[in-house]
Amino acid sequence: MSKATAKSPWVVHFNCNSCNGCDIEFLACLTPTYDVERFGILHVGNPKHADILVVTGSVNHRNKHVLKNVYDQMPSPKVVVAMGVCPATGGIFADCYNVLGGVAKVIPVDVYVPGCPPRPEAMIDGIVEGVGILAKKRQDSETEQPELPVKIVRPAAAPAPAPAAATPNAETTGQAVAK
Amino acid sequence: MDQILTRISEICGNQYVYSALVLIFAPLAGAFIMGIDRVVTARMQGRMGPPLLQPFYDTVKLFGKEPIALHRPQIMYAMLHLVFMILALLLLALGNDLLMVLFVQAFSVICLVLGGMSVRSPYSWIGSQRKILQMLALEPVLLVMILAINLRDNSFLGSEVLKNPQPLLLSMPLLFIAFLFVVAIELEKSPFDLASSHHAHQEIVKGVTLEFSGPFLGLIEIAHFYEVAFFVWLMWAFWHTNFWIGGAVALVGFLFLVVMDNAFPRLTTTWMLRFMWTVPLTLALANLIWLWV
Repeated sequence: MSKATAKSPWVVHFNCNSCNGCDIEFLACLTPTYDVERFGILHVGNPKHADILVVTGSVNHRNKHVLKNVYDQMPSPKVVVAMGVCPATGGIFADCYNVLGGVAKVIPVDVYVPGCPPRPEAMIDGIVEGVGILAKKRQDSETEQPELPVKIVRPAAAPAPAPAAATPNAETTGQAVAK
Repeated sequence: MDQILTRISEICGNQYVYSALVLIFAPLAGAFIMGIDRVVTARMQGRMGPPLLQPFYDTVKLFGKEPIALHRPQIMYAMLHLVFMILALLLLALGNDLLMVLFVQAFSVICLVLGGMSVRSPYSWIGSQRKILQMLALEPVLLVMILAINLRDNSFLGSEVLKNPQPLLLSMPLLFIAFLFVVAIELEKSPFDLASSHHAHQEIVKGVTLEFSGPFLGLIEIAHFYEVAFFVWLMWAFWHTNFWIGGAVALVGFLFLVVMDNAFPRLTTTWMLRFMWTVPLTLALANLIWLWV
């Protein structure tokens, strides 16, 4: 299973909007010239099908929610590759008032590929590095045998008889228990 | 030695053993053919391409992913898609009624469309609507093909077709050409890859399969293996009298599809409907009239 995972990484890319240079370079990397399909890498447009999330650009307060959303929609095991210096530290935009300074402040990053933009060889190397981590994650989850994520929402227990004047607390009306 | 061989063929002739063999080897063959497709496509673009077993890796990987579904009916639709596709292939392999085979196969596709329509994603809806239009474009041709078979062999049964000593291709050459376009639509080959393109993964974000992920996408992939096997089998059946010539016919047909896949840009739904209801349908009807007279 982990061998198959290592041989078929599907990549989705998300641009957090700086100068777009890394994103353009990365898309050029996925063209037939570099033939990343020989590693089984496919460029998908859908986070629900993807294994590797490639983030380019400096994440800011506006798009951090979108980035988190895209990351959450990917089924595990998944790997995040930060492509360029902007997603690593904020790059030349680090001092801007709206820039968070790195993707790692929003989602966990597995591979950093520095450069402004990185060379195509470095980008492909970064992805292949991520593939190794992906297979490792798969292997770890095989040995641990985790339970499937099942969310159970129970109705709240009946409130204890309290003084009539007390207002019902919003927190006790519904409780989500994650197992 | 001969005794052992006859014994083996006897065992394989048993209906249940035969069905089991079809169930096991059809998806393997389908995945293998898809691997060949991807390698040939890569070579046509002047690159190495993935390993031959890439479809196997993809599917096995999908079953190792976290199962995320939006709701339970979605899972059921993916399973029904697979089950009806298996049923269609089995009915075909056991020489059952060809009309029934056609309807079960169509219902399998309808299950996928229902799955795509059961979620609220607009891209999934667009893909599902295009899938329905694709079915609208190809079903008349398939129906005419089966009517022509009935006209020739006086029976809708697949087993009766195989008893006829004359190959289908000699009496239905025009229908074979029309059938190739049908296969191109069903296997999502360009220029007809509107609903969920097989090579262009960004085209309406994979359309129908957009909201399926992990093992549920894997189910759809396996159904696609069966679908590939189903249509390659049908192409082979055009020269059923000799296994190797039939194989050659299927190979030539499939390579034609791969070349067409790489040579043409994507059509719009309207163009696809116009094309399918003019050229292939006319070819098919001309063949039907030829058989009638």
